[in-house]
Amino acid sequence: MIPDNCASMHLLIQADVDGELEPAEAARVAAHLEICPSCARLQQRLLSLSSRMHGLPRHRAPELLREAVRTRLAKEAAGKGGGGRWRRAALGAAGVALAASLAASLMLFALLPRGDAMPDWIVAAHIRALQPDHLMDVASSEQHTVKPWFAGRLPFSPPVKDLTQAGFPLIGGRLDYLPGHTAGTLVYKRREHIIDLFIWPAGDEAFVSGSGARDGYNFVRWKAGGMVFWAVSDLNAGELEEFAALWR
Amino acid sequence: MPPQQEQPSFEQVVLPNLDAAYNLARWLVRDAQLAEDVVQDSVVRGLTYFASFRGGDPRAWLMRIVRNTAYTALAARQQALRHTDAREMTADEQVLNVPDPGANPEAALSGAEDAERLTDALRALPPELRECLVLKELEELSYKQIAQITGVPIGTVMSRLWRARKMLMGAAGEGGEHDS
Repeated sequence: MIPDNCASMHLLIQADVDGELEPAEAARVAAHLEICPSCARLQQRLLSLSSRMHGLPRHRAPELLREAVRTRLAKEAAGKGGGGRWRRAALGAAGVALAASLAASLMLFALLPRGDAMPDWIVAAHIRALQPDHLMDVASSEQHTVKPWFAGRLPFSPPVKDLTQAGFPLIGGRLDYLPGHTAGTLVYKRREHIIDLFIWPAGDEAFVSGSGARDGYNFVRWKAGGMVFWAVSDLNAGELEEFAALWR
Repeated sequence: MPPQQEQPSFEQVVLPNLDAAYNLARWLVRDAQLAEDVVQDSVVRGLTYFASFRGGDPRAWLMRIVRNTAYTALAARQQALRHTDAREMTADEQVLNVPDPGANPEAALSGAEDAERLTDALRALPPELRECLVLKELEELSYKQIAQITGVPIGTVMSRLWRARKMLMGAAGEGGEHDS
């Protein structure tokens, strides 16, 4: 018996290995493999190559990239797309060439001001949290509920203060992922304004206390008790400083 | 963001597929930093095009943008590297003519068949073969999705996969004993 022309079987054998064949075609392939040792060997090699390739590491998106994309999407959602501070870490020569060619075709490109990007991350995290259902992982006005909630979720224990008496009621807490840091975030309210207070352990990096504004949001940052604090809100700068002073 | 009916939001398309997008970009441009740039630029492009996205396979839609952006990036890099090429080439030809830094596929597989060599061999494949194999074996996409992403007919996807695999299996005469 003359086997089906082997060359014509190759793509079918491959499609069979790839799980792309209808049962009838698969049966035809199986019948051919029964009588053709060389095609049977080919199938074995394809299967073995496939399984070796499945063992290759899949490149996962780096955290910084993931965060940059989230930030971009958050800005878009907040209606600030297009002109945003689109963070681009250390552009190489190739990146510059790419940027130039894309900028020409897209007219959408905005290079970041160099220097400290953290205010952008913080404000982006704050804006993201203001989207529906993102504000709090634990909703409680009770500091004795919020503080234990962080235990087991963070490798450190952020201080929790109740400032209800001073007009800044605590409403809850959540976790945030910022470049290089996992932050415990406390959520406070002042009238209808939400204040996010991001807290993480201070590292060795240079840190400058101070305040500023980004995209209409005010922030105050300081360091105390081995922790870094960032308060951000659309509250006016004066009252936000007042909030920070109560904490410091 | 466009108004949404039953359609997923852009965020719902992008975030779950970010690893796949980066993996494809990384295998296509073979450079971690450039791959990040490609993904970021793809998101920007995607935002612009998303209004015209009319359903279908959102993952394939995104991957097609990533793929095209990666090729644009490679072509731009090529132009930057040797902007005085006398020959008039189309963008596609330029991409296909990118010299591969790695060993050729046969040589790479001739020794111990470990993951590192397989990786080198894959990196050394011509890009149009490499992308098919990455999408098939690493992303486990169907022929139909790969055809959508690469913009060629399914038959071409099949023959590219076949050529790619033959090259990877090539060294020991594997697949070569057939008279094709």
